[in-house]
Amino acid sequence: MRLASPRLDWEIAKRGYRRYAAYPAATWAGAFTNTVFGFMQAYILLAVYRHRTNVGGYDAADAVTYVWLAQAMIMTVYMFGWRELALRIKDGSIAVDLARPLDPQRYWLAFDLGRAPYHFLYRGVPPFIVGALVFDLRTPSPLDLAVFPVSIALAVVVSLGFRFLYNSAAFWLVDYRGVVTLAIVVSLFFSGMVLPIAFFPDWLRVVAHALPFASMLQVPIDVYLGKHDGFALPGVLALQAVWALALLGLGRLALNAGRRKLVIQGG
Amino acid sequence: MADALLLYRRLIAAQVRSQLQYRASFALDIAGTTLITFIDFLAILVIFHNVPSLGSWSVHEVAFLYATSCIAFAFTDLVIGHLDEFPQLIRQGSFDVLLVRPRGTLFQVIASDLALRRLGKALQGAVVLAYALGGLDVSWTAGRVAMLALMIPAGAIVYGSVWVAGACIAFWTTEGGEVTNAFTYGGNFLTQYPIDIYGRWARRLLAYVVPMAFVAYFPALYVLDKPDPLGLPRVLQFLSPLVAVVAAALAGLIWRAAVRRYRSAGG
Repeated sequence: MRLASPRLDWEIAKRGYRRYAAYPAATWAGAFTNTVFGFMQAYILLAVYRHRTNVGGYDAADAVTYVWLAQAMIMTVYMFGWRELALRIKDGSIAVDLARPLDPQRYWLAFDLGRAPYHFLYRGVPPFIVGALVFDLRTPSPLDLAVFPVSIALAVVVSLGFRFLYNSAAFWLVDYRGVVTLAIVVSLFFSGMVLPIAFFPDWLRVVAHALPFASMLQVPIDVYLGKHDGFALPGVLALQAVWALALLGLGRLALNAGRRKLVIQGG
Repeated sequence: MADALLLYRRLIAAQVRSQLQYRASFALDIAGTTLITFIDFLAILVIFHNVPSLGSWSVHEVAFLYATSCIAFAFTDLVIGHLDEFPQLIRQGSFDVLLVRPRGTLFQVIASDLALRRLGKALQGAVVLAYALGGLDVSWTAGRVAMLALMIPAGAIVYGSVWVAGACIAFWTTEGGEVTNAFTYGGNFLTQYPIDIYGRWARRLLAYVVPMAFVAYFPALYVLDKPDPLGLPRVLQFLSPLVAVVAAALAGLIWRAAVRRYRSAGG
């Protein structure tokens, strides 16, 4: 029998939050690093605006706001690689996970939705405040500001869906690191983390918008910047939701296939 | 000194042999490192898709900064990148073991690893350097060739000094790896772009106090025969080797002072 109750999800989410809250010094140090990178990227983009007033629909204030929001979200959506599932597959602990009356994907989703608010509050908000004090940032409309957290939450689910999927490569590959690295590179670039997608050449922008990665970063930031008005706003949220469901679905298929393939080496 | 080098070679040879045991994994690791560092250069290319120059710097000139700082950083990362795990040594109390051995502690920490996969970054930097020099019309003189040959080891030593000094934070906090990242990886990111685009305070702190401007910016002005957009004295363009020596000496002193006040956590 499988246990599936919102109450259990809530308890798991609380543990996700607490696990990261247990290391406040590491969090502050990380927020400091995010701040330093925010400064550098903001200045690099501002140098671009010495020659241009508009790049792909972004003015200088949009671009600088983008940089600080991206720094605020990098840990929230956990862009730099997540290997927990792969490690559990590698060392065999996944066998225990699968024997529990609790679905591993649902477990990790709940855990991650507990982790994300912690990282948003403590790794995201402080660098953003520093950025807002030093640079002229865009002020969102109340509606966009209200929709922003919804879009971030969906971004976290899309991100977890993707992370779960590339981690499950460990069912088939003894050395899964190559897959993980490739996944990080592709998601960093096509999410708009390295540079806003608005800066991409046209053909690359088309590619980026056809992939799920924009839903992890570019979409929530564009919501904040007010780039989607009227019906476009529910439209992009629906797009994020579709990608979230699609990636979670693929992850489920991978988990089921992996479960049949799994051979535990004993121990 | 010769004795120390011999010992270093022996210890490292053992490391290298073990890393080369799994050829496929090793090749994948190198490819992964090359790929993940390549996104930073991709970002530069995308920026120059939007503008003809960044400040007064052309794409090939920025590529030159990028490549030289990348190669220098790759060598530092290769030789002492494992200092990132140094706080664990302190936390677990394993640093005590180093204290009773008849060698310098810093030497032992450095000689404990050499992650060959980091050569991927140097490889990528070399390719970009070829691209930069291919597009630039450098009037080569003996002085410029010598500077190009010197700036890379000097840059590597500057990075290394910052890394060692940063690692010392762990003696006080038993953590702090992340703060160091802001200066090591952050410093590497900073030097990939011309420092005249950064705001005055960021420039003062990161370029002169942490002497990152001497890694690529100043020597590059000389090699490329560019007027300094900041209008600083020309003598700075020749100081990188001296700055490297001073930085290394300071880092050594900081390390020594830190070891002296070290109190074991037990373990």
